[in-house]
Amino acid sequence: MFESLTEKFDRAFKLLKGQGHITEINVAETLKDIRRALLDADVSYKIAKTFTETIKEKALGRNVLTAVSPGQLMVKIVHEELSLLMGSENTEINLKGSPAIILIAGLQGSGKTTFSAKLANYLKSKKGKKVLLTACDVYRPAAIEQLKVLGEQIKVEVFSEIDSKEPVSIAKKAVIHAKNMGHQVVIIDTAGRLAIDAQMMDEISNLKKALNPQEILFVVDAMTGQDAVNTANAFNERLDYDGVVLTKLDGDTRGGAALTIRAVVDKPIKFVGVGEKMEAIDLFHPQRMADRILGMGDIVSLVEKAQEQFDEVEARKLQQKIAKNQFGFDDFLAQLQQIKKMGNVKDLVSMIPGMGKAIKDMDIEDDAFKGIEAIIYSMTPHERKNPTILNGNRRKRIAEGSGTSIQEVNKLVKQFEDTRKMMKMMSGGEGKMKNIMRAMSGMKR
Amino acid sequence: MGLFDIFSKNKEEKLKEGLSKTRETFLGKIGKAIIGKSSVDADVLDNLEEALVTSDVGVETTLRIIERIESRVAKDKYVGADELNRILKEEISSLLLENKSAGINQFANSDMPKPYVIMVVGVNGVGKTTTIAKLANKFTQAGKKVVLGAADTFRAAAVGQLKIWAERANVPIVELGMGADPASVAYDTVEYANKNNIDVVIVDTAGRLHNKTNLMNELSKIKRVMNKIIPEAPHEILLVLDGSTGQNAFEQAKQFTSATEVNALAITKLDGTAKGGVVIGISDQFKIPVKYIGVGEGIDDLQLFDREAFVETLFERL
Repeated sequence: MFESLTEKFDRAFKLLKGQGHITEINVAETLKDIRRALLDADVSYKIAKTFTETIKEKALGRNVLTAVSPGQLMVKIVHEELSLLMGSENTEINLKGSPAIILIAGLQGSGKTTFSAKLANYLKSKKGKKVLLTACDVYRPAAIEQLKVLGEQIKVEVFSEIDSKEPVSIAKKAVIHAKNMGHQVVIIDTAGRLAIDAQMMDEISNLKKALNPQEILFVVDAMTGQDAVNTANAFNERLDYDGVVLTKLDGDTRGGAALTIRAVVDKPIKFVGVGEKMEAIDLFHPQRMADRILGMGDIVSLVEKAQEQFDEVEARKLQQKIAKNQFGFDDFLAQLQQIKKMGNVKDLVSMIPGMGKAIKDMDIEDDAFKGIEAIIYSMTPHERKNPTILNGNRRKRIAEGSGTSIQEVNKLVKQFEDTRKMMKMMSGGEGKMKNIMRAMSGMKR
Repeated sequence: MGLFDIFSKNKEEKLKEGLSKTRETFLGKIGKAIIGKSSVDADVLDNLEEALVTSDVGVETTLRIIERIESRVAKDKYVGADELNRILKEEISSLLLENKSAGINQFANSDMPKPYVIMVVGVNGVGKTTTIAKLANKFTQAGKKVVLGAADTFRAAAVGQLKIWAERANVPIVELGMGADPASVAYDTVEYANKNNIDVVIVDTAGRLHNKTNLMNELSKIKRVMNKIIPEAPHEILLVLDGSTGQNAFEQAKQFTSATEVNALAITKLDGTAKGGVVIGISDQFKIPVKYIGVGEGIDDLQLFDREAFVETLFERL
């Protein structure tokens, strides 16, 4: 659905070859594309508008360096601005107070209960805190039970009063209980509520008044659309919350709501939820979010990471090998190792422009390469250099040696052949590979 | 009020009330777009674009609507604000018509296969379980015997949640506890329906993000297993979308459809959001009809989606 912004920009600038800097005329089309990309990512309409205005001002008159295409320069400017807006690096949560009270608020289905448990788990395992979870969602059927089950999973005590319909009184009792039992942090899970539900909003602000929490976190679904601006504002007016939690980021949403919220309430995003497991909680990285919203493939980080890891001489050798069709399993292995050094594989691959979509449906685990490595290690050096000699017998031996199946070996050989073909194709002439390389060298800082 | 024939007064009121947030903002925005304007110029179209985009109609559909209006304005030599409203209403209505988001006018039809099997799918937190409870209630009110299948065996306390709803709606539930194989639960539920002369089977499934391949495959498996008892089952694969979701709703519709042949949509939480627009966008881009809309937290707050009524409600008082 979304093609890479860089490509769009480059196309928009194609007509301008030879122009040395960005002018009002040649920037208009690009700005339209940026605005569209932001809207497609659910950034609020007004913010998308002001944002493109800012970009325009920053871009006008900038000289285009020879090494960088105007499109790339635009991406860089947009990226810088976005990162700026997303805020500086992570803001810690406030755990002062004995106990420290953390109040969780948000709409229905945003993921409050799951997040509460994840946060408890995080504080317990990463910060060594003794945590008490408190079930104050007295409305949704089985909400209390849900928190209890999660509490059991992570071995954190859950305070609840099954028959009480009074969140304030439950919470107060929980705090007393925490004091008596030496809990250092109390996390209060609350019911989901609509910002327009006056009664429920009164309830949550009463909770705030009664508890005087160190930290109020507003939990919001990363997939939220244009309404994010209203919701974030409405909750902020009532609660003046301290931070935002962005959930369900493991989906494929671009998460423009994050930008909207940052821009309208100016509160830091403190955590992100990235899965259903209790460990699937992450600190917020503004840079990454900026990249994601642009959906441009994280070119900037890729360039940086590649520069760190990529040995240019090696690269040239590799290209020659590819050109001569001498690319063997050893080289393949070396490539894998390089990629692994760079970090999370899926993240990495999705950084390559155009690849995000291709791998979206794949479940790439971090140890995705384990099987592949085992197979390659089970090949003889000769086989690695000359993959064509891999006949049935050899494959069978390799499968046994690597503890995999013959199908897996076949699959890898097939994939390898495909890769080889693709690389050969790319290395020739005006291929994409060359563009990527150029992009990389062009964006050195 | 001929248009509202199929709504009793009461339901109609509820729809209006439920959509009041949508309507107010949608109207407000469109009102602002054309206030004090005597003709459609670039400004009006810009403002109209803003009104549509901020209602989550989506950029693509917005552009399509604007284009249609532009060409009609050129042809019809547009005059004033009333005219623009009429044109806009017609265009939105025809978008919904192309999608066939109408047709059904009651929860239970006499020609429904028996048992009629509904499998409910969607991402996490969109309101699947609540929608199921409301559906069970509606079908029961229509004189149908309903059974629920608790095939969300993954999320903590999901089975417990559905059980409570089943009690409230006074319908039986088939469950194998947490952690059970969802396909087995679905199978047992359909089997139970066959044995107990049940009219409607509603199977809950765990929320899953549409980009998780394994979980999406699981849905196909649940479906296959029900096939074994009733070849046509599930007759309805209902994708539940959160009305406050933005452009990702389109991606959800696309992915779930390709994994499980979704043939009906329910849009929930339309009471809290200004974004009824997602209904328009989804209808424009998908051939799957919007069948139900959720407009509140009460067990009665589920409506059959009626295109005419929806558009009327959006534009009322203009």
